[in-house]
Amino acid sequence: MAEISSTLPDGPTIKGRLSQDDIIMRFGMVMIAVYLVATMVLPMWTMLSKSFSTYHFDLAGYELQVSDDDGAFDGTILTPAALNTELGVVEPDDLTAGSDSRMGLTQFFPDFSFRSPVMYRVRNTSDTGRFLVGSELKTGTDWLELDSNTFRRVQMRPVKSTGLGNFVNYFSTPALFNSIKNSLFIAVISTVITVSLAFWFAYGLNRSCMRYKGFFRLVAMAPILVPSLLPGIALVYLFGNQGMLKELLFGASIYGPIGIVIGSVFFTFPHAFIIISTALAISDARLYEAAVSLRSTPWRTFWTVTIPGARYGLISAAFVVFNLVITDFGLPKVIGGQFNVLAVDIYKQVIGQQNFEMGAVVSVVLVVPAILAFAIDRMVQSKQVALLSARSVPYQPAPNRKTDNIFLVYSIAVATFILGILVICQYAALIKFWPYDLSFSLRNYEFDRMDGGGWGSYFNSIQLAFLTAIIGTCVIFFGAYLVEKSNGFKTGRALFQMFAMLPMAIPGMVLGLAYIFFFNNPDNPLNFVYGTMAILVICTVTHFYTVSHLTAVTALKQMDREFESVAASLKQPTLKLFRRVTVPVCMPAILDISIYLFVNAMTTVSAVVFLYSPTTTLASIAVLNMDDAGDIAPAAAMGMMIFYTNAGARIIHLILTRKLLGRTQAWRAR
Amino acid sequence: MSAVADNPNTLLGGADLTEATTEARPYLSIEGLWKAFGDFIALKDISLDIQEGEFVCFLGPSGCGKTTLLRAIAGLDLQTKGTTTQAGKDISSLPPSSRDFGIVFQSYALFPNLTIKKNIAFGLENTGRSKSEVEARVSELLELVGLTDQGSKYPAQLSGGQQQRIALARAIATSPGLLLLDEPLSALDARVRVRLRHEIKELQRKLGVTTVMVTHDQEEALSMADRIVVMNHGVIEQVGYPTEVYRDPATLFVADFIGEMNQIPAISGLSGQVQIGAADMICRPHDFGEGTSVVAAIRPEDVIPHGDGIRTTGADDVIITPENAFEVTVDEMEFLGSFWRCCLGSERFSNSELIADFSINAVRRLELAENKKLTIELPKDRLMVFAPGVG
Repeated sequence: MAEISSTLPDGPTIKGRLSQDDIIMRFGMVMIAVYLVATMVLPMWTMLSKSFSTYHFDLAGYELQVSDDDGAFDGTILTPAALNTELGVVEPDDLTAGSDSRMGLTQFFPDFSFRSPVMYRVRNTSDTGRFLVGSELKTGTDWLELDSNTFRRVQMRPVKSTGLGNFVNYFSTPALFNSIKNSLFIAVISTVITVSLAFWFAYGLNRSCMRYKGFFRLVAMAPILVPSLLPGIALVYLFGNQGMLKELLFGASIYGPIGIVIGSVFFTFPHAFIIISTALAISDARLYEAAVSLRSTPWRTFWTVTIPGARYGLISAAFVVFNLVITDFGLPKVIGGQFNVLAVDIYKQVIGQQNFEMGAVVSVVLVVPAILAFAIDRMVQSKQVALLSARSVPYQPAPNRKTDNIFLVYSIAVATFILGILVICQYAALIKFWPYDLSFSLRNYEFDRMDGGGWGSYFNSIQLAFLTAIIGTCVIFFGAYLVEKSNGFKTGRALFQMFAMLPMAIPGMVLGLAYIFFFNNPDNPLNFVYGTMAILVICTVTHFYTVSHLTAVTALKQMDREFESVAASLKQPTLKLFRRVTVPVCMPAILDISIYLFVNAMTTVSAVVFLYSPTTTLASIAVLNMDDAGDIAPAAAMGMMIFYTNAGARIIHLILTRKLLGRTQAWRAR
Repeated sequence: MSAVADNPNTLLGGADLTEATTEARPYLSIEGLWKAFGDFIALKDISLDIQEGEFVCFLGPSGCGKTTLLRAIAGLDLQTKGTTTQAGKDISSLPPSSRDFGIVFQSYALFPNLTIKKNIAFGLENTGRSKSEVEARVSELLELVGLTDQGSKYPAQLSGGQQQRIALARAIATSPGLLLLDEPLSALDARVRVRLRHEIKELQRKLGVTTVMVTHDQEEALSMADRIVVMNHGVIEQVGYPTEVYRDPATLFVADFIGEMNQIPAISGLSGQVQIGAADMICRPHDFGEGTSVVAAIRPEDVIPHGDGIRTTGADDVIITPENAFEVTVDEMEFLGSFWRCCLGSERFSNSELIADFSINAVRRLELAENKKLTIELPKDRLMVFAPGVG
């Protein structure tokens, strides 16, 4: 046999011609990628560049002439800079500005009077200079002659430059950068508590033979159905200034870290529970049999088998909880008091002080730990997959009266905590006027009498939730299908995967702020969606894109890789295969995605708090605003409305899933 | 120069083809095909012609590139270089949907949520056939694969063998010119596999469809194929009829991969001579030249036992000492049902052990037992010489 060289010969490389299907699929993928770029990458980029934009007043950028009392000019040219050196009316620090700042010129003339006959001339020294006369913007270097009364209304506009100024400013303001410490503190404490609580709860449910497991599992999931700020309201009723159990705090205030931590434990509990429970469920019984046959003590088995087996789950849960707490806005807003955290700082800077640049800086600061936590979690989760083996034997717990009872008591305690919070909220919503008039009434449900948009915001939320669920599921599932099942186009697909993973790392507040910067810019052709329901839907879909995308990809990976090949060999369009086979087979995952999006659209606060308009107020925002306005009972009432709506949606989802499975998944039964 | 060109049968069709069709243009023609995955070259300069109606097997160990070649033919993973021509048309760069083939995968890839009937009908829809035509064709196909009464079941309700037949029915539903089978039987248990072998072969003969099957199972290839393409490390080692690749393997790899083969290090002599240990043997003609290190090879069943070392032929008791005969000791015997596998040792063979399969009759007649001496013959037309393997 002659030797064959093992390098490719010269000559043309075969370039495949694209079939119609390939073209359609690539086009679809490009469309969804463009969507992700427009709704995430570009806004985030805008925000990043905003955080590096600094504004200051350039006193040397203007020239002035002052006439005598007869209106005659002697040709002397003054600059505000020179005048300020002389008079010292403005400190150098005061020259730092925001994008909307303005500064009058009359302060440089101590003897200015708007009634005097003196005339003024003013001009920019460069073409980029700008000043306002009233509300009219003047550019250019031509002299403008004004009487005293008009000159009073002349205001300088700041000059934009790029630099680290905002960050320097941020880190030299203790009131601001202390929030980093506060946020980290809260997140770490909450993480430790939640993960410990959730671990033993999941352990009890997976590894003991205690009773009522189904009930406890259900209760553990309940916090997912409410906005994160709802536990804050319950805590106010329990431990607030007029709280029922105020004495239990021994004088400490619930408004602050204590409140935030308790509330965070409540709303992050289900997330930690799901992850840890999954990790414990996949443990291999053979390892325990080996431990028993080696006469290991239960304590030793726990540390050498159970914990190592669940360690990825524990680490993953810890990072997820950390991320949720550090990026959460609603809860610290409601119960944080004077205790500043990063997410609330963004809100305060933007809504309170209209300092968008500083808001952007805080956002960048917040993104760093969020992305770190996200990246570590992804790394850990990819290892968790490798732990699964097809030959593992599921662990079957054996009844043990003593431990079963301990776990039952423990689970009751946890369930009491979760249900207690919800019951308190419902109770608060139903009584007339805490703590003076404890009779029941539905007055707190008359939302139209309160701030926050009334019942309209509730129906807006429902609309948002449906639109998000429907549009989001279509876009996300189709996008996942395209990226998972199309041929070639490797770079494009890798890029798409990256885009799809990004939203998870971006805190809601940051996304919302980025949307303001991006969509509120009049030069943006997409500006028209600003202030509409559309931007809320877009924002919510993007915000919750990643988890949905991963669910879809997991389901699609379980489909035979060769379905598409078979369809192509039979000359049938891929989209027909998609419609007839892929969608029906993946229906459970599709329904999961839609309920996930629905529930989150109902409860989300952080991203949309910057984006709602008077016509698109939302229930979750109404809770926030009513609480802010002191209408805590109606806030609780609205919060519980969200809870019941989500619970209802879950039940409908369950029924629908059962029915659909019964009809379209008959093939699953052998 | 590759083995393909060496082999005069490359251009020949299947065993039952006549002279006239032999000269016809091949139905499927692959020329100078290369496939690279990054730096790794999976297929090196593959050229192959397949005649219309032929059943060809790509046989080789896993990772030899046989599935890659099949997928290149289907257009599922395009080759890096080289051309493929089907029915006179250059299809090298066409997407799968523009090619003319049906395919069956190891996993069957049946659509789990569609009934058997709908699975088979999948490719018949939107092809200008009326509903009743589609139905008639589906019934016809179900009958063809012998599953007439299973049409309204779902794939998961059928056995593996049944599912494979449905996958086959779906692949041939549109009467493609080329049928590709990617390890179609590997997921089945042994008994079903043997039965389905015959069924598929018979079906192929009945339909006359040109078929390419990928397999790593030599028995499957030998029993089903008109011609076998033996592949290794991305090159074709040999193309030939099943009997040919078995009896006249072109390379040591083919000799070793198909069937059992004794391999004994040796030194080549003149053509037709080889020196094994201290013994000079007569073997098949070769062109290695004197003094080259080679491997002498013989199949265990080709070793002839002679008892006391003397053979009598005819009635007149003429005693002849055969060529290539020498004395050995039976070191070990293993009973394998229809024959005995014997491990033979000999000083003349230096350290190598020789494996020989003797019929039960021969063992009884020669009263063979362990540690007994006997004379064996290595028939000169069965003793082959190869260049040593690469690794």
